[in-house]
Amino acid sequence: MSENNAPALIGSSGDSLREAFGKELTRIAPEYPKLVVLDADVAGGTGVHHFRKAHPDKFIQCGIAEQNMVAAAAGLAATGMIPVVTGFACFLERAYEQARLSVGYARRNVKIVASHPGLDVGPDGGSAQALEDLAAFRAIPGMVVISPADPIEQALATRAILEYDGPVYMRTGRSGSVRLFNDDHVFEIGKGQIIRHGLDVTLVACGVEVARSLKAAELLAEEGIEARVVNMPTIKPIDEALLKRCVLETGCLVTAEDHNIYGGLGSAVAEAVTKNRPCPIEMIGLKDSFGTSGEPDELAEHFQITAPYIAEAARRAMARKEHLQ
Amino acid sequence: MPICAPVKETAFETATAHPVVSAPDIEVQIAEAARFTRRHLIASIYRATSGHPGGALSCADILATLFGAELNVWPSSVNDPQRDRFVLSKGHACPTLYAIAAWHGFCDKKESLNLRKLGSPFQGHPHVKDLPWVETSTGSLGQGFSVAMGMAMGLRMQKIRARVYTLLGDGEMQEGSVWETAMCSAHHKLDNLCAIIDYNKMQSDALNEEICGIAPLADKWRAFGWEVFEIDGHDIPQILSTFHRAATTRGKPSCIIANTIKGKGVPYMEGSPAWHGSVKLSHEQAETALQALGCTAEEIKEFLDV
Repeated sequence: MSENNAPALIGSSGDSLREAFGKELTRIAPEYPKLVVLDADVAGGTGVHHFRKAHPDKFIQCGIAEQNMVAAAAGLAATGMIPVVTGFACFLERAYEQARLSVGYARRNVKIVASHPGLDVGPDGGSAQALEDLAAFRAIPGMVVISPADPIEQALATRAILEYDGPVYMRTGRSGSVRLFNDDHVFEIGKGQIIRHGLDVTLVACGVEVARSLKAAELLAEEGIEARVVNMPTIKPIDEALLKRCVLETGCLVTAEDHNIYGGLGSAVAEAVTKNRPCPIEMIGLKDSFGTSGEPDELAEHFQITAPYIAEAARRAMARKEHLQ
Repeated sequence: MPICAPVKETAFETATAHPVVSAPDIEVQIAEAARFTRRHLIASIYRATSGHPGGALSCADILATLFGAELNVWPSSVNDPQRDRFVLSKGHACPTLYAIAAWHGFCDKKESLNLRKLGSPFQGHPHVKDLPWVETSTGSLGQGFSVAMGMAMGLRMQKIRARVYTLLGDGEMQEGSVWETAMCSAHHKLDNLCAIIDYNKMQSDALNEEICGIAPLADKWRAFGWEVFEIDGHDIPQILSTFHRAATTRGKPSCIIANTIKGKGVPYMEGSPAWHGSVKLSHEQAETALQALGCTAEEIKEFLDV
């Protein structure tokens, strides 16, 4: 078959989070001689095909066997290597117990990087949409959990997880991503940022929901509501100090994530807030449901995690705040 | 491992006369280490009031040989990147690991009797954060094998010539991830990896073949691309020579299928799956076991008096 007859790969958008991750990992690899990348036959989909091409001697093909791959990464880390395990989020969940025991419990310096998280998988349907990964990995003691919002932040987070000594779970993304930040953006594990100012309500988001929260803030601004938007790329450890400040200054919160409302960003925020000074919180995410087939944007609308729904949640949160006063 | 066995310090450490150190006989020393290991693990399981004696006894000769002659790791070299690695994939047999480690000075003999107790680093399954000479935390079957494979890969990538050994249970063969690892290790031609299977034919509830048959085991491993050795897992000279043959195998990983007897050394436990699970040993049972293992009355008292 001639090259012209080759099937077109779907979804290989140039500005996706997975591309940002794969390219940055490839670019900075020479600075990390112990870096090794593991793949379970999905390198073309996770962005690490760039790495495989540039650094074939640091790339381990494990075959379609995620359990072995994750525990093997723990073994590699035990010998001083810095393994980055890559795969699709739903299939990496298959190796959850390996992540728990061999990585988390043994506290190995393993980085688990998952593409195709949440509804981002789109037409592949509910079977492939990992909507519980943040909750699952957050529950492993000592595991850092990260979900960057744009390609710049994804690239910065890629370096940050290599610099950090300990187990990390990080989401990337498959779809073309909205560019939110400039080259002067700063990413620090455990820190969120206020990316839009406001005093009426705080919208706390991670991943693809950050862009949607900014849109929601624009919708709210049209009715005179000043919504603050917080980008919260680290779900664990959550930035408690920033949340505390937001509660004091805005009195109510909305969380937004491409994930089940149970166990992910919303839960992490609620846990932190109730420990300090409680306030009304509304959560945007999937309402304890699995996904289904559709394009990611259609699915976001179908499952009510787009800007109008975030704005509506903000109005509810504000009404609850006023009721308390 | 040290060629000379540790000097006898108290009665419970070894019951037989110490071999003549001036003429070390490695097989005699391994046999003595295995005897100590069996006594120690019975005592620790008795004191813990729970543990897995059957599968701990079946692998005592294998571990005694491994630590006595094969691994190039000493208490002073547990952080040496060049050291060989041992992973106890059948983590529930850790009383055997703790005992042989104590014999070779990786930990204190008396402290390591403090099995499964709050505050003790000698947990019911080995944990690397508690015991630095444990290479990785195990206790979920299959995982230690995969971790060992990763270690073999990491050593090879760093051009370290050390070898990686891992001990698996036969029931462990039923974990699907074992075969993921078997396939991947052979694909990557990891000849620095050696898997030993403690083939005592029994698992928690019954015989392997009653639960979910694993035979023909050697054929399976050969089909997966491994160099396979079938041996008597209680025959120390045979274990020794097989380790040597495995170490000189090139281009593929080695699998040693060690035919063993569950509960080996304690007649009332031998060949009975009842002694697999987390069982409580009565004082009488522990005493009978230690008698069978050749302990004197004084030694039994020292082992069992808590």
